[in-house]
Amino acid sequence: MNLQQSLAIGAPEVVLAAGALVLLMLGVFRGDRSLRGLSWGAVILFGAAGATILAGSPDRLLAWNDLYVADSLSAFLKILILVGASASVLLAIPYLERVKANRFEYPVLIVLATLGMCVMVSANNLLTLYIGLELMSLASYVLAAFHRDETRSTEAGLKYFVLGALSSGLLLYGITLVYGFVGSTDFTAIAAGLRAGEERNLGALFGLVFVIAGLAFKVAAVPFHMWTPDVYEGAPTPVAAFFASAPKAAAMGLFLRVALDAFSGMVADWRQLIVFMAIASMFLGAVGAIGQNNIKRLLAYSSINNIGFVLIGLAAATVAGASAVLLYLAIYLVMTLGAFLCVLALTDVDGRSVEKLDDLAGLARSRPWLATALSIFMLSLAGLPPLFGFMAKLAVFNAAVEANLWPLAVLGVLASVVAAYYYLRIVKILFFDPPADVVMAGQGGALVNSGMMAAAAIFCSPLGFLLLGPLAAASRRAASCLF
Amino acid sequence: MILLPLALALAILFLPGDEARQARAARWIGLGTTLVLFAAGLVLWARFDPSTAAFQFTERAELFGGLFSWHLGIDGISLVLILLSVFLMPLCILAGWDSVKTRVPEYIAAFLAMEALMIGVFASLDIFLFYIFFEAGLIPMYLIIGIWGGKRRIYASYKFFLYTLLGSVLMLLAMLWMAFTAGTTDIPALMAYDFPAAAQGWLWAAFFASFAVKMPMWPVHTWLPDAHVEAPTAGSMILAGVLLKMGGYGFIRFSLPMFPEASVAYMWVVFALSMVAVVYTSLVALVQADMKKLIAYSSVAHMAFVTAGLFAFNTQGLEGAMVVMLSHGVVSAALFFCVGVIYDRLHSRDIDRYGGVTTNMPRYAVFFLLFTMASIALPGTSGFVGEFLALTGIFKADTWVAFVMATGVILGAGYMLWLFARVMFGAQKNADAAAMRDLNAREWAVMVPLALVALWMGVYPKPFLVPLKAPVQSLMARLERADAPQTPHSLPKQGGPVQLAAVTESVAR
Repeated sequence: MNLQQSLAIGAPEVVLAAGALVLLMLGVFRGDRSLRGLSWGAVILFGAAGATILAGSPDRLLAWNDLYVADSLSAFLKILILVGASASVLLAIPYLERVKANRFEYPVLIVLATLGMCVMVSANNLLTLYIGLELMSLASYVLAAFHRDETRSTEAGLKYFVLGALSSGLLLYGITLVYGFVGSTDFTAIAAGLRAGEERNLGALFGLVFVIAGLAFKVAAVPFHMWTPDVYEGAPTPVAAFFASAPKAAAMGLFLRVALDAFSGMVADWRQLIVFMAIASMFLGAVGAIGQNNIKRLLAYSSINNIGFVLIGLAAATVAGASAVLLYLAIYLVMTLGAFLCVLALTDVDGRSVEKLDDLAGLARSRPWLATALSIFMLSLAGLPPLFGFMAKLAVFNAAVEANLWPLAVLGVLASVVAAYYYLRIVKILFFDPPADVVMAGQGGALVNSGMMAAAAIFCSPLGFLLLGPLAAASRRAASCLF
Repeated sequence: MILLPLALALAILFLPGDEARQARAARWIGLGTTLVLFAAGLVLWARFDPSTAAFQFTERAELFGGLFSWHLGIDGISLVLILLSVFLMPLCILAGWDSVKTRVPEYIAAFLAMEALMIGVFASLDIFLFYIFFEAGLIPMYLIIGIWGGKRRIYASYKFFLYTLLGSVLMLLAMLWMAFTAGTTDIPALMAYDFPAAAQGWLWAAFFASFAVKMPMWPVHTWLPDAHVEAPTAGSMILAGVLLKMGGYGFIRFSLPMFPEASVAYMWVVFALSMVAVVYTSLVALVQADMKKLIAYSSVAHMAFVTAGLFAFNTQGLEGAMVVMLSHGVVSAALFFCVGVIYDRLHSRDIDRYGGVTTNMPRYAVFFLLFTMASIALPGTSGFVGEFLALTGIFKADTWVAFVMATGVILGAGYMLWLFARVMFGAQKNADAAAMRDLNAREWAVMVPLALVALWMGVYPKPFLVPLKAPVQSLMARLERADAPQTPHSLPKQGGPVQLAAVTESVAR
């Protein structure tokens, strides 16, 4: 396979890499004034990358000496990542201008992180995986500390970096173990090597545990979740929105590929880990969120909780399970972005962000539409019918039931009831409580953000069910290329 | 032939967006919409063919990518419950006409959403669609209790929501298993599918968990008094009038036809719980100082008649249970409205605050008396027909159960009459209670239809029974088939036509 073919197959990444450099140069020469232009440039870039994905062949294609794979799974995830990244770039503009952190690096860093994620989901080799993951992570560390004048943001960046570096180390150690005991880092070769061996490959099992730990850190599954609440709270809100959306989808997609492709011969081994992480994440996320008074911390626990449900789909290790994971990710991405859009819109008359839950009391009087949108996202994250978030939960439970994982399914629905409590608490604060002292800013705000919020709210409303057909078909197609 | 009200129901969901800011406009739009739906319900009734048990007015669209489908249709059982919903809805809007002053457009929108969802529950023919409608009703009700409710509204709304949600999620898992095993999500297909007997027990238990909470049955009824007491008048009316019926509907639509063997096997559980419920909640009702709480407990007792009647497995029991549901829907809604009327005037639900109300509100007292009588099943009122039929059915199934259940009727008379006596008769203890004005035009408009229907069902119940005949017959056929191999051995006490029919059935084979 020559270079030209490889470049053609890897077109999305090529576009992103070249575009990132162009944006960086533009930013250097035009200065911080160009934030707005660069942001829209980044969105156009994402659009172009998306177009190359949609125009690409749906078949499974390998490139760069089998280091890189393009199939319908990677296409599905890349579209999700690009949507999440585009929204994260756009929603940040008003915030960054308000807090005077409007430096041009923001869109460039997001583009670089997105490039890393695209490489991750297209990895067909543990080393490609590592390169993609590191590219994403390094850009993310900087993003977390983006608001450098504020201590909390710097603290978040540092925390994220230290723990992230630890998890990268674990991952790399796992990769070396797998390489040592199986003899290859190529996914196909690992799968073949594991299947060929007669007895259990204990060394590879050790490696697998480390790899899973590294990945679990990125998706913030319990017990590797500790960084999430602090980082979400400390990082600038748009960055937290970004962390909660695209990287989750990328890391979870990668998880699917590693578990079901490379280690498909060891399902019984890794399933125990996944089941434990799923149960622990669901319950810890649900219980931990109850006492929170900061909406960003609460959303962090909500993301832990939701990742638990996603892992149920992975634990099923079937086509239905994998497609449920993808469907869940797609719906979750929109819900969580919508929720962060609402958080961004919560400002008082002086333009300061309002993050305390108590200060949101009675929001339904002062900003009825915002309160309605936030309630839709909350109830949808809780997975209550008739909102679209219910469909995501239904899909993973369906997979668990089909795979005969009864205890997991029963614990899952119980956890969802526990979680419903804190989501309902927000609705209660917004609608039932008497208005708080904080004077909220009036209607208005950025038109683009309101538009995105409305679109996300409609997607999560019962109308979202009309999109279920194409979404389910796409996720099934993407999932079936793993089996 | 395509069903009209469901298109309308969907349209309602979008209606709130068009609502004018003014509360007035919202109220009139709400009233108008519910009246149109009521008219549509009557048209549906007129065009309904009662001679068949098959689902009519079906419509089906594969909107959800093959996972489940938009599939609607009604049989006689759904028809009468839909009629009940659309009949009560305009009255509920009227009931909250003056007493709700804050956030009226949202209030009306919540009620319209409730109505659409209730019709959806009774008409959906796809289990997941049913589940979505069934659960979705929680959200508007949560808002109704939480925003417009009384002092402890927050506690009550949480309790209501989480209690019912916990019951339902297990049902969801059972539904997933059923859809996976049977390969279809279609309710008519599932009703004819024979699940393995071993699995039926689990499935039955999961569905029971949901419907028993919704119904509510003792001992999972504790959310009901709280929710009722704190909800605004119209909220209590709809909660007692229709939402409780979803549990009974669920038993008829799912538990009995889909898991007939398990239903027979667990009959004793239902009987036992129903007996406890009747006696226990009646006694609890007797000592309540709060009028709404008293009526709420009486609802639990009445619902026990429904469950016992349903699980008597004979025509009288099933039909009686259905009529009790209808009658209770009308009567308890009326009673809650009666309480609402004096609550609006004095803002107190304490029985002790009142006394001698007959003197200054004679017309009100007449209506209150009528509904009290209907509640204690005096012949000539709707309550009598239902409870008589249900008790007949239960008597045929098991004499002792019928004996215990019948004490509930007596106790019911006790607590209702005592309530009436304490509120209506006696000395006028408080000056403000003595100064209350009698019914106004709006209250007349709510009372009269309720009273007429309660009397109509009591004197000439046939129009309500006719549509029930065919589906009850087909349900009986299904139950008997399941019953046949076990009845003589496992249920020696069970006598009468069930066994007889089972024997004839096996002979016929």
